[in-house]
Amino acid sequence: MSAEEIYNLLKENFGNAILEIVSNVPTEPIISVEPLQINVISQFLRDSNELQFDNLMNLSGVDDNNATKTTNEDGSVSSQGGTLSVFYHLDSFSLKHKITLKTSTNRDVPEVESVTNIWYSANWHEREAFDMFGINFLNHPDLRRILMPYDWEGFPLRKDYENPEFYEGMKIPY
Amino acid sequence: MALKTEEMILNMGPQHPSTHGVLRLELVLDGEVVHDVKPHIGYLHRCMEKHSEAMTYSQVVPYTDRMDYLASMYNNFGYVGAVEKLMDIKVPERVEYIRVIMGELQRIASHLVALGTFGLDLGAFTPFLYLFRDREKILDLFEITCGARLLYNYMWVGGLSHDIHPDFVRKTKEFINYFRPTVVELNNLLTFNKIFIERTANIGVCPAKEAINLGLSGPNLRGSGVKFDLRKNDTYSIYDRFDFEIPVGEGLVGTVGDCWDRYYVRVQEVEQSLRIIEQAIDQIPDGDVSKEIPRRVKPPVGTVYHRVEAPKGELGYFIVSDGSVNPARVKVRAPSFVSLSAIGQMAKGYLVADVVAILGSLDIVLGEIDR
Amino acid sequence: MQNYLIEIFGSEIVAYILATVPVLAFIVVFVLFAVWLERKVSAHMQDRLGPMRVGWHGVLQTLADFLKLLQKEDIVASANDKALFNIAPYVVFVTTLITYTMLPFTSIFIGSNADVGIYFVLAFSGAVVAGILMAGWASNNKYSLYGSLRSAAQIVSYEIPTALVVLTMIMLYGTLSLGDITTAQTSQFWNWGIFGGPVLGIGKILLVPFMFVAFIILFISTLAESNRTPFDLPESESELVAGFNTEYSGIKFSMFFLSEFANMFLIGAILVIFFFGGYNSPFGYLGNLLGIEWLIPIEQLFWFLTKGMFFVFVDMWLRWTLPRVRVDQLMTICWKYLIPYAFFNLLIVGLILLI
Repeated sequence: MSAEEIYNLLKENFGNAILEIVSNVPTEPIISVEPLQINVISQFLRDSNELQFDNLMNLSGVDDNNATKTTNEDGSVSSQGGTLSVFYHLDSFSLKHKITLKTSTNRDVPEVESVTNIWYSANWHEREAFDMFGINFLNHPDLRRILMPYDWEGFPLRKDYENPEFYEGMKIPY
Repeated sequence: MALKTEEMILNMGPQHPSTHGVLRLELVLDGEVVHDVKPHIGYLHRCMEKHSEAMTYSQVVPYTDRMDYLASMYNNFGYVGAVEKLMDIKVPERVEYIRVIMGELQRIASHLVALGTFGLDLGAFTPFLYLFRDREKILDLFEITCGARLLYNYMWVGGLSHDIHPDFVRKTKEFINYFRPTVVELNNLLTFNKIFIERTANIGVCPAKEAINLGLSGPNLRGSGVKFDLRKNDTYSIYDRFDFEIPVGEGLVGTVGDCWDRYYVRVQEVEQSLRIIEQAIDQIPDGDVSKEIPRRVKPPVGTVYHRVEAPKGELGYFIVSDGSVNPARVKVRAPSFVSLSAIGQMAKGYLVADVVAILGSLDIVLGEIDR
Repeated sequence: MQNYLIEIFGSEIVAYILATVPVLAFIVVFVLFAVWLERKVSAHMQDRLGPMRVGWHGVLQTLADFLKLLQKEDIVASANDKALFNIAPYVVFVTTLITYTMLPFTSIFIGSNADVGIYFVLAFSGAVVAGILMAGWASNNKYSLYGSLRSAAQIVSYEIPTALVVLTMIMLYGTLSLGDITTAQTSQFWNWGIFGGPVLGIGKILLVPFMFVAFIILFISTLAESNRTPFDLPESESELVAGFNTEYSGIKFSMFFLSEFANMFLIGAILVIFFFGGYNSPFGYLGNLLGIEWLIPIEQLFWFLTKGMFFVFVDMWLRWTLPRVRVDQLMTICWKYLIPYAFFNLLIVGLILLI
């Protein structure tokens, strides 16, 4: 099935949770969905007969870098708004088609539903997205940092990330 | 009155002769039976993805080398494939052929390390040295091509960094003739050894459906009986011109999906890689390998997800471009990352000594797990 | 030999003490040689060279290593049980050494020709378990504890097939004393144990297959007793980082090491004495041919050492070829396979001897 057909099928079943499809940008068409509905949508994607997406190839967080930046009186730049996105790349072994999903949530309180109970491989990918971006995955069985030390502060891959001064008494920028 | 027993937590700590890198495994044990395995990673995290956002697209290539340092050519292959897909560059035929040959030689080298260290974990010291002796010959071939033995920075966006040496074709053919009997020797020494079979058959069984759900790929998935190889099922580069087979685990000496199957799939893949190299080495067309390399790599706005069949599994690159010379996001989907997350489910109910065998059969390398 | 020394010194105690000096000297020299041999054997099997620089082709390497170990700091962690930690390596070493007194090196030299020869050897090679358990417990380290528990289980279980096969051979020879067993197998090599022993006539052809089975069972069990691959779980390098040896350094570590090699020669010697004629030569002695009397004990020593070293070499060969066996498989081999076979072997040999 092509991306448009999948989009139409999802739109029939989930209505407003499916936001839009962007297909004129290289290289793949992307379907945007609501972050808090991603679990039921994924369940449908995996279990329905026409789709059968049984393999989650990749799950990655992306900082969209679309915050509005304002320069204050003292010259410092502050940013407001902006979104963090999570991209899902799905693949089907039996029907041999692929699709890309995208959900976006705001930077201040980023919350996305977890899909670990549907595809187990999402477990560590979501932990990494939490570790690097601070996206809180609801109903994840074990959400804690994975690559950075467990008591690190800050989310490294965000565009406005700055290294903290000290970590456990050691000065960081040397 | 029942005897009060507690579960013991044993740490196979970051420094350990048999965990393949700095990995901490927390084992929850009841005597010698494992109830749970919790891996702790991050000891080798080098912030590659954050660095990539500050580099240009071509400067990221050496960073990709260092992820899976035992299979650097394939990491390069995946990355430049992704960027070329995004920029819609068509590389010359010669470049494609050489990339395939280098990739398959690298696959053999990586599998030799995997097989050797697997035997070493189980106490068979000698096959490790025999396989490393043969791997030295492959590294010699790489050295005459690009000067490096382990981290090559060979495949660039749009072409290659150096053309192959005039002696390369002859030496590769010599290597193929030398190496074919060695696989037979390895089979006699280790693969069908009764003690080895006792240690690995029926251990760490992963049925096909569970393997797909856990996200396993590459030899781990094929060892569970799923016939899926990206070189045939989702072809990239020029793999569709070559004739080779996909070995699948069949449970020859045990159940389908045990450690022995995953090991034997790798042994058979080495032979298939030799076939591909044989076919490709005779067909290399002439041309210029650096003709298509763009002066400035500036892809259009967009995203790409490109996956290749690395020796350890499905290596995927997800690149988000915002139109500038630096990538906005490079996410590497490392195969060992997903394989290691599966060990918790695969090792339940086995003994401590089996955890080492299961870890060895998954063939992980910490460089690409931690990036 | 003791009598000769008593003549010289006139005092029994001095004579007996001096009689053990050659044995001790032999063990030390043998261990130095065996470590070098193991490194060379393993190297050549793995297509490399091994130690080449120290001395001719590296023969002095072991001496250099030993000198280095002597100079190392003797680390005793504060949480260890000091008394046990300190005694454990010496217990292991002493129990292995004591068994050497029973071995007949030549016809005139045997440490002690006691009537309970082989039982003494078995008892003390089993007593090494105490030393290993002490080492594992006193190290205050989970890995060492695991290693020593596995080792204790292994040694104690494999005592049983060993004892059963030894019983079989004792039935054949009719005596427990090792010196007497060896003198019983003289003059021609078809008097050797593996071909049925000296007692019977031509009917011992029947015994030969059972002797082979007994030999194989004894070989495997003694290999397991001395913690060598494929049964080297207690010191499995890739799982437990040297097992119960982990916390030891310097002299104490070298004690463990030495006792392992001494044990290897011991089991080679036991196999040779029971099945291959001890110090007897297969063809007769040059001394007899030339009429020189004192050449004969030297030749016997030569034959004893050669046959023992051959089994040590086979041990090393196996170590570098086979992978390791898992704990429960090790127990399975012992209890489900070796013990029933050894037992039936015993019964059948007994029947044949009666008839």
